Amino acid sequence: MSLHMTEIVIFTVLFLAVSGMGFVAARWRRPTDLASLHEWGLGGRNFGSWITWFLIGGDLYTAYTFVAVPALLFGAGAAGFFAVPYTVITYPIVFLVMIRLWSVSHVHRLVTPADFVRARFGSPTLALLVAITGIVATMPYIALQLVGIEAVLKTMGVAGSGFLSDLPLIVAFVILAAYTYQSGLRAPALIAFVKDVLIYLVILVAIVYIPARLGGWGAIFDGAKAKFEATPAPNDGYLLNANNQLQYVTLALGSALALFLYPHSVTGVLASRNRDVIKRNMSALPAYSLLLALIALLGYMAISAGVKPIGKDVNTVVPQLFDQMFPDWFTGIAFAAVGIGALVPAAIMSIAAANLFTRNIYREYVNRTPTDAQEAKVSKVTSLVVKIGAVLFILLIDPQFSIDLQLIGGVMILQTLPSVALGLFTRWFHRAGLIAGWVAGMGGGLLMLYSITNPATNHAHFGGSAFPLANLGLDTKITVYAGFLALLLNLAVAVIGTLVARAAKAPDGPDATRPGDYTADEGDPQVRDVNLSGST
Amino acid sequence: MTTREPGQPRSDRSPWNWLLVLPIALPLMTFLFNADEPRLLGFPLFYWLQIAFIAVGVACTTIVYRMTR
Repeated sequence: MSLHMTEIVIFTVLFLAVSGMGFVAARWRRPTDLASLHEWGLGGRNFGSWITWFLIGGDLYTAYTFVAVPALLFGAGAAGFFAVPYTVITYPIVFLVMIRLWSVSHVHRLVTPADFVRARFGSPTLALLVAITGIVATMPYIALQLVGIEAVLKTMGVAGSGFLSDLPLIVAFVILAAYTYQSGLRAPALIAFVKDVLIYLVILVAIVYIPARLGGWGAIFDGAKAKFEATPAPNDGYLLNANNQLQYVTLALGSALALFLYPHSVTGVLASRNRDVIKRNMSALPAYSLLLALIALLGYMAISAGVKPIGKDVNTVVPQLFDQMFPDWFTGIAFAAVGIGALVPAAIMSIAAANLFTRNIYREYVNRTPTDAQEAKVSKVTSLVVKIGAVLFILLIDPQFSIDLQLIGGVMILQTLPSVALGLFTRWFHRAGLIAGWVAGMGGGLLMLYSITNPATNHAHFGGSAFPLANLGLDTKITVYAGFLALLLNLAVAVIGTLVARAAKAPDGPDATRPGDYTADEGDPQVRDVNLSGST
Repeated sequence: MTTREPGQPRSDRSPWNWLLVLPIALPLMTFLFNADEPRLLGFPLFYWLQIAFIAVGVACTTIVYRMTR
C-alpha cells in the first residue's frame, strides 16, 4: 500500500478540491430561487455554448467509457473500436432532432423526454412506459460509474475485500450525493471543466509518452495483431472479419440512435440557452470522439506493455498501464481524472432519473398540482435514493451484473425511439400502436439478449449484444446488434398497430403541441403549464 | 433565422441538411476501412481512416450549422 502513497495523496487532494467546487456551485450564476426543477434540475435552462460543451461532453463520455472501451480493445480488438464510428454518426443524426425537442420543451416548459410524450400523444400510459424505461436504463449506468472509480482504487491498493475496503467508494459517493442535492445540475456543470482539463492533459501526455517508450505506434499495432492471431477465439482480431462486420455497423448505429434517448443526454440538451447553442455543440462535441479514439488505443498499448489485469477484472488494464508507465505523481493525476470523470455523469444521471420520477410518476399519480418547490424537493430526495441504490448495487451484487444490465439498458432505451424521436417529427402514430410497439420491441429484445451465450465470460444467457442470426434458424455465422433488430420489430408493430387502431376507430389522445412549437427559440412566448386534464 | 419575414414561421428545412448524410453513411461502410494497408504514422487503415471520419463529421455539421443559421 505504501508504494502508492504519492498517488493516493494527489488523488485525494484533487478529489476533495473538486468536491468543494460542487458545493460552491449552488452560488454560481445564482438564481433568485433554486427551488424549482427548471433551476435545480436544468440549471436555469440558460447554459451557453461553452458550458453546454463541457456538460454534455462530461455527461456522454463517462469514466466507465474511458475504462471499458480500452478494456474491450484489450480483450477483443477491432470490435471494441465501434465506439468511434458510434460517436461520429450520433451528432449528424440528432442534429435536427434535438433542436426540435429543445423548442417544444421550451414552449411547454417540459423537463423530461416522457413529458414530451405525455404532451404529444396525450397518453399517461405511454409516458409512464417511457419514464420507467429511462429510469431502468439509467440506474445501472450510474452504478457503472462506480466501477470506474473502483478500478482506480483497486490499482492504488485501497480496494480489496471486506467491508472496510469499500469505505473509500462509499465516501466518494456520499460527497457526490451531498453536493448534487445542494447544487443540482450546476454542480456537474462546474466540475465538468476540471474533469475535462485533467482528462485532456492525461491523454495528450499518454499518447506521446507511452508510444515513445513502447517503440512507436507501428510496434503497438503489430503487438496487438500478434496477440489476436495467437488466440483461438474466432471473433477477436485487430481487424473485423466476415462475421462481425454487420454487428459492428448495427451496434454503432443502434448506440448512436440510443445515445440521445437517454434521459441524462436530454437533461444536458434542455439545460442549454437556445437552439444555436445546441447546433453549435453538435459540431463541437466530436472533439471528444477524437479523445475517445485515442483512449481506446490505450488498450493496445496495454497489450504491448504486457499489462496484466488485476484478478479477472479487465477494467483495471488502463489504471494498471498508467501505474506501470507514468511516474507516481502523474499517475495520481491520471487516477484523479478518472475518479472525477465518474462524478460528472453520475450526478447528471441521478438528476435525470429523479426528474423522470418527479414529473412522470409523482406528478402524474401522486400529486397532480405540485408547486415548483414541491417538485424540486421530490427530485432532490429521489436523486439521493437513486445514488444509494447504485452504491448498494455495486457493493452487494457482482459488478458484472451492472455491466450486463447496462447492455440491456441500451437495448431498452432504444425502444423509446418511435415515441420520442419520431414523435418530434410526426403525429401519425396512434398511442395504442406505440404502446404495442414498445411491448414487442422490449420483449423481443430481452428474448434475444437472453439467448446469447458467451463461454468466455461464463454466461449461458445475456452474454453480450451480438445476436447470432443462427439463433433464428439461419445458416450463417453472422451476428447483428440485438437492439437494432428489436427496434425494427418495434417499428413494424407500431405501424401495424397504428393502422389497426385507426381502422377500429380507437380514440386517440389529444396533442397539446402545435407545429410552430417545434421551431420556437429563445424569447418566444411559453405556455406555462401543459394541460394534463385530458385523461387516459 | 434572423432573416425571416415577420409573421412567417421558422423552418428547419434546408437543402444543406442533406450534407449530414455523409458523416452518417461513411463510418458505416466497413469495406472502406477494414484493412491494414496503407498505414499512416504506424496506424493501420482501419484506425486512421475512422479517426479521419471524425473530421468529416465536424466539417459537415459545421457547414450545415453555418449555412442554416
